[in-house]
Amino acid sequence: MAELLFWPALLLYGEAAVGYFGDARHPGAAGRAATWSVRLGWLVQTALLAVQAVRDDGFPWGTWAASLNLFVWLVVGAYLIWGCRRPYRLLGLVVMPLAAVLLVVARAGGGTSVGTRSHYSNLFLAAHVGLVLVALAGFTLAAALSALYLWQERRLKRRAATILRRPAPALATLDRLAFRTVVVSVPALTLGIAVGLGRLVARHQRVDALVVATLVTWVVWTAYLVLRAMGWSGRRASYVALAGFVLVVIVRLVLPETHFA
Amino acid sequence: MMRLVLVGTSHHHAPVELRERVALDPARSTELATRLGEAVCLSTCNRTELYVAAEDADDAEQRAVAALAALEPEVERALYRLRDQAAALHLFRVAAGLDSLVPGEGEILGQVRAAYDAGTAGPLLHRVFRHALHAGRKVRAQTAIGESPASVSSAAAALAEQVFGDLDGCDILLIGAGKVSGQAARNLRSRGARIAFVADSKTDRRRIEDELARADVVVSSTSSTGYVLDAATVERARRGRQLLLIDLAVPRDLDPSIHDLDGCYLYDIDDLEAIVAETLAGRRSEAERAESIVSAEADKFHEWQASLEIVPAIASLRARAEEIREQELAKAEAMLGRLDESQRRAVESITAQIVNKLLHLPTVRLKQAAAAADGVIYAEAVRHLFGLGEEER
Repeated sequence: MAELLFWPALLLYGEAAVGYFGDARHPGAAGRAATWSVRLGWLVQTALLAVQAVRDDGFPWGTWAASLNLFVWLVVGAYLIWGCRRPYRLLGLVVMPLAAVLLVVARAGGGTSVGTRSHYSNLFLAAHVGLVLVALAGFTLAAALSALYLWQERRLKRRAATILRRPAPALATLDRLAFRTVVVSVPALTLGIAVGLGRLVARHQRVDALVVATLVTWVVWTAYLVLRAMGWSGRRASYVALAGFVLVVIVRLVLPETHFA
Repeated sequence: MMRLVLVGTSHHHAPVELRERVALDPARSTELATRLGEAVCLSTCNRTELYVAAEDADDAEQRAVAALAALEPEVERALYRLRDQAAALHLFRVAAGLDSLVPGEGEILGQVRAAYDAGTAGPLLHRVFRHALHAGRKVRAQTAIGESPASVSSAAAALAEQVFGDLDGCDILLIGAGKVSGQAARNLRSRGARIAFVADSKTDRRRIEDELARADVVVSSTSSTGYVLDAATVERARRGRQLLLIDLAVPRDLDPSIHDLDGCYLYDIDDLEAIVAETLAGRRSEAERAESIVSAEADKFHEWQASLEIVPAIASLRARAEEIREQELAKAEAMLGRLDESQRRAVESITAQIVNKLLHLPTVRLKQAAAAADGVIYAEAVRHLFGLGEEER
């Protein structure tokens, strides 16, 4: 069943990625089709996660590959909040290829199948893995918004004659949305880390590389909020967000093997 | 059968001096439409057109021409006259903004709707105008023809939206008050921005700096020979906030190096004209897609109108077939009387199916012939072959 749901989800995300590419060249039907593909793909992936949740006795996303599957679902879900609006289709050009690739990686690691078990308790996994993933998905979206901000700002600075033929979201809107996303994500990461550290201390376990990288990520994104409060915005804040995203990639893709093991 | 007749003139055929003499306000448009019978009068700054539905197309055309010539005799030589499918296609193109001075301008769709509401439309005009409004909406929904600005002033406002998004609460500092800068300011205001201050040549420089500290958009158009604002002044006054500066003056009012400041976006008249040229080119390429949408909608209308010619013949044919079926069933009553109720229903059903199957293909072919303009010939042939209407004669 899970197998049956994975392929349509991947195909729909892939179609969306291609559709957004087509929409960037010739705005219109391709973009609309891509948005529908994202919606349907997300629903299919929701069904996939539901099957995993029903079949497994407990929290089924305790492995890094399974958590990557959940992470993709969160990122696409967050994108869908804005992505249905036409100016934000450009964001899909970044988000959907990433989602498709990560879903393939999740499958390669066995994260889309059923029967994965973890020796951790459900409550701990839901609080720790769930909150950290929500935060990382939020940071990914904030980084995508910041990248779009820098692209739009560059177009304005270059005085591109085509700027109004392919309107993008306004600079102020992108800046505000990125900030709001981080405002929600940082507390989620803080709580997720606190739950994880609490267990680490209680069981006298060692701090691994992923824990350190996650803490550094928390520092960078918290610094983002502090700098925003100090008046940083626009281009400078966007660069900080992109730096934070590099750490998200490291935390999400490079280091997790050791931590989940 | 009702025919559609169009008589009118537009910016393609008549200069403004002539068009203004046949331009009609809504009350006079309604009055003229009422006088012509089933009619709609579309009068905008670029066109005055009369759409009339009548059995006698020649007579309707003459009356429409006379009505416009009564307003201004000279207009007669600048009138175009179209009928049926050509008239419908023209109206669809008008509603889609494809016949406008600026392709894709959005105002015309509202004007077509207002004219339709104010006219004295009957079944044919109801159909053609509803179809035209649908075509206009479809073109706007499925193409980007009307999305980009077509003038320097609207381009300036659209740029402000690219920086600030919603312009509600944005403050505009207007330096000088030329015609184009006034239009730009009006355009910004129509999108929610507020004109915070208007500076002229007598305004104290310090006051301009004070206002600059609060402004989000600066629109400048003075006849000054030097820069009115330099980069240092802007950097000092804006305190890190984003600022869009529109310089419409020649020679320029605003120091070009302002654009290098972080968060400052300076556009001069050449930049804006390049944007407008680009968006107009985009509109023209979108117009090709829009033309195909409009053409498809016009074909649908034509099929509907053509089917009107054939509908009476099809209805007569089916009625004749049903009559024969019932007569034959009545003749066989003696035999059918021995059948029980369910068997009788089965016989009724079988005979009805035979009639339907026999008539299905001729009906389809008749409709196809109507769409291909052979409808009248085929309708006559059917009437002749099946002796339709002979009983009445």
